[in-house]
Amino acid sequence: MSILVIAEHDNSALKPVTLTTVAAASQIGGDISVLVAGSGCAAVAEQAAKIAGVGKVLLADDAAYEHQLAENVSRLVVSVAAGYGHILAPATTTGKNLLPRVAALLDVNQLSEVIAVVSPDTFKRPIYAGNAIATVQSEDAVKVMTVRGTAFDAVAAEGGNAAIETIGERCDAGLSRFVSEELAKSDRPELTAARVVVSGGRGMGSGDNFALLEKLADKLGAAVGASRAAVDAGFVPNDMQVGQTGKMVAPELYIAVGISGAIQHLAGMKDSKVIVAINKDEEAPIFQVADYGLVADLFEVLPELEQKL
Amino acid sequence: MKVLVTVKRVIDYNVKVRVKSDNSDVDLANVKMAINPFCEIAVEEAVRLKEAGVASEIVVVSLGPKAAQEQLRTALALGADRAIMVETDEALESLTVAKLLAKVVEEEQPELIIMGKQAIDSDNNQTGQMLAALTGLPQATFASELKLEGGKALVTREVDGGLQTLSLNLPAIVTTDLRLNEPRYASLPNIMKAKRKPLDTKTPADLGVEVKAHTQLLKVEPPAERQAGIKVDSVEQLVDKLKNEAKVI
Repeated sequence: MSILVIAEHDNSALKPVTLTTVAAASQIGGDISVLVAGSGCAAVAEQAAKIAGVGKVLLADDAAYEHQLAENVSRLVVSVAAGYGHILAPATTTGKNLLPRVAALLDVNQLSEVIAVVSPDTFKRPIYAGNAIATVQSEDAVKVMTVRGTAFDAVAAEGGNAAIETIGERCDAGLSRFVSEELAKSDRPELTAARVVVSGGRGMGSGDNFALLEKLADKLGAAVGASRAAVDAGFVPNDMQVGQTGKMVAPELYIAVGISGAIQHLAGMKDSKVIVAINKDEEAPIFQVADYGLVADLFEVLPELEQKL
Repeated sequence: MKVLVTVKRVIDYNVKVRVKSDNSDVDLANVKMAINPFCEIAVEEAVRLKEAGVASEIVVVSLGPKAAQEQLRTALALGADRAIMVETDEALESLTVAKLLAKVVEEEQPELIIMGKQAIDSDNNQTGQMLAALTGLPQATFASELKLEGGKALVTREVDGGLQTLSLNLPAIVTTDLRLNEPRYASLPNIMKAKRKPLDTKTPADLGVEVKAHTQLLKVEPPAERQAGIKVDSVEQLVDKLKNEAKVI
């Protein structure tokens, strides 16, 4: 049985979430190949070849794959799919955009956001915003699935020595075109990979007040997140949103400040190891999942907390 | 242009779901149902396109049990012109839904298809992409802005690092993200008018699609409960607990 893992990268560096997807692949068991599709991405293939447990790296380097357009990359994946029993991608916006298109072209169903491997054809995945966990068995010849990064421990980025095979095939559907992108600038760790996450909600009152959280985050080496309410209120950009409709995080420490704890937010962070809630409303639902709760005014507590750390 | 919008009947997003005691599924008996929030955004976007004079007709389609007609009527009350109900009591997987929708697309020939990015029950986030594959159309998922100009759809997407803008040839498929728009409420006169708007009913057999299960649902369990936490009285105590008890800082 062979497994194909689709690498997540930005054409210059491999994203850590690829390592957790390879971890899921190694739990399934079988020869693991990694597909690196992009433009000018040879360095990414080199990094992928070093991942522990990877047997082969397929490198498709072409301008048509530069921005991971689903129309082009799905065709590429289908063209190399023969012989693979499983096709895995990280459950990121890129993976979610691409993989269902691949599955439909292969006439198989797809499993989204897999959180556990029970056997090579049986997997667990959350449904209803994480309020239920379904165990599902796929009867398809090829199992196509996205993997939730926070549910698996990353394999080592070093130690492997895979052969790199170049794919010359150019798949350009000519249906869509990249126009522009606007990436949020941040020096802090990436939200989904951070060991500590400090998040603010509507209770922060304004975007300027997020500076209080940023100071705390810098002290802790943490990433800064937000609830949907804070994003909708325009306090912070939407890529900071944690929740069912935003990012899924599972850090060692999650500090929720001024966040009530709506179902859709909890779906994104309740697998964190330790949860701290700071809220002045002692009835807030966030206290039901918090390991440590502090009922207090965040504007008094945050500076004090930063000082005492 | 003709715009096709899909809506799904799902559990109301405010309802806390309960898993059945035999672990066969979640319990949906006597639970409040509604239009999937992302589908509501899709309907709203289509209605705004019509108000802007870009869309000429909005066709709304739903698949599932007969009761989903309620959600179609809601969409009609919000501004859709006519509805198609593909009725079946069988559980539909994303791939089957996409195959059924592909037939509807073939019959209706819309120039733009707007769908929600995911349904809040199955949380799959697949159908739009699958429909795009089956129809050979371009896709823009997680849209936060949609503009139609020069025969193209210019779509800004919410991606992990920020925003990305794509240009798609029409016809195209766009799936909505939360920030695309704020859906309106249906007014009472519009709810009354919606009752007289046309609603066609079809079956999967009419569309020539076999409903086939690719995946078996073996078990549904509640997620692991978190241990009840404690409340601390001061920042000092909090820092002490984090350092010495939880050992996370």
